Amino acid sequence: MAETKEKEPLFSTKNKKLLSEPMVRNNPITVQVLGICSALAITVKLEPSLVMALSVVVIMGVSNVIISLLRNMIPPRIRIIVMLTVIASLVVLTDEVLEAFLYDVSKQLSVFVGLIITNCIIMGRLEAFASSNKPWPSFLDGIGNAAGYGWILIVVGFFRELFGSGEVFGYPVFEKIGLYSIGYENNGLMILPPAALFVVGIIIWVQRSRHPELVEEN
Amino acid sequence: MSNSYIFRFATIMVVLVAAILTAVATILKPMQEKNKDEEKMQAILSSANIEVERDEAINKYKERLLAEYMLDLDGNILSIYQGEEEGFSKGSERAFEIDLKKMLEAIKQFEAGSQQVSPHLPMYVIKDQEGDSLFIIPVRGKGLWGPIWGNIALENDLNTIAGASFDHQGETPGLGAEINTDMFSDRFKNTKIFNDQGKFVSVQVIKGGVENSKISSKHGVDAISGGTITSNGVSDMIENVLSYYLPYIKKHQ
Repeated sequence: MAETKEKEPLFSTKNKKLLSEPMVRNNPITVQVLGICSALAITVKLEPSLVMALSVVVIMGVSNVIISLLRNMIPPRIRIIVMLTVIASLVVLTDEVLEAFLYDVSKQLSVFVGLIITNCIIMGRLEAFASSNKPWPSFLDGIGNAAGYGWILIVVGFFRELFGSGEVFGYPVFEKIGLYSIGYENNGLMILPPAALFVVGIIIWVQRSRHPELVEEN
Repeated sequence: MSNSYIFRFATIMVVLVAAILTAVATILKPMQEKNKDEEKMQAILSSANIEVERDEAINKYKERLLAEYMLDLDGNILSIYQGEEEGFSKGSERAFEIDLKKMLEAIKQFEAGSQQVSPHLPMYVIKDQEGDSLFIIPVRGKGLWGPIWGNIALENDLNTIAGASFDHQGETPGLGAEINTDMFSDRFKNTKIFNDQGKFVSVQVIKGGVENSKISSKHGVDAISGGTITSNGVSDMIENVLSYYLPYIKKHQ
């Protein structure tokens, strides 16, 4: 009998860290500054932001597991192509499934689902983590990073929809509480892509004042 | 790892991925097609001011459809389809199955003389809530980022617009994308495509508002602020596509 290695619990401290680190301390958007372009493009409204976040969680979780399972078989010289193929296939699958079952949302997201392929966070995690770790930690790492990306999208989407269109999930909040009747007007700038940068900037500011260790020394 | 291993790995991977994607696409195709048909029917009904949820669109469309026409460029009716039970009372071409994009390209080629066969134009006749027949013309054109399309419902006089619906592929959310809202399409109600002298003037979408322009509010609607190019696209597509139907309209007015 081979010696039995003590089994690591599913949610050991190390594994929990894989999930929690990317939320704040190592957030892909606000700390690593990756995936910014999609954060600008699809956060005009809350619903597409949410679906985008979920799609990325699914794609990242699954692609990390696949690459991790194949990690000893993938020829190093073509590993990037293999990763791209895996991501691209999953993205096409997601797109097809959305089109068949969530047609209205898939119309709103239109090309941006396809552009998940170019999301550097996914590639980055596959290369940095999944290609040298076991499937379970890789899965957690993928979910964690995607969630870290996703919550930023949702927060940005919430504020942009609220101040840009006065709505939350398409429900006219500002109209109902009577803001327009006292002379309030929607901020057109919030609808435009740069507004996402302002919101992301504010999130970064809040994060760094709460976690001084994130502030770079100059 | 040897080169031959890399080749084998890549080959297997590509074949596997191709097989999976093809299988999924084939399985999901009927559902996606159904979604698209429902959406098309929903849009046609919406231009006739009949609002339905997408999953009810097929039944409602059956109930409301009086006929689908196919016209030639001289305004003659070539085909009349009257619904699933009645079938065709003339010809054998269904308006619903026409790909507008291909049709408009074919018309351009025909007009330029590079194509000999004259393309045919689709038209829907729908019974609206009051029981009047509306003549619905599907339109298609260019927005800022991609194609935009819609349906224009004309009243019996083939002059007054009873309603309209628009949609787009990827216009700017919150700006040009607003053309698919009722807020925008309702502006077209009761506008007229012919002026008092009987000349075709179409309906213009006007930047800065109809009130501040020289165009009468009978022939113009307000554009969307920040969505000028999309708004102009709507103007152009209505004028462009309706102009092909003028022979038919003149004959039946």
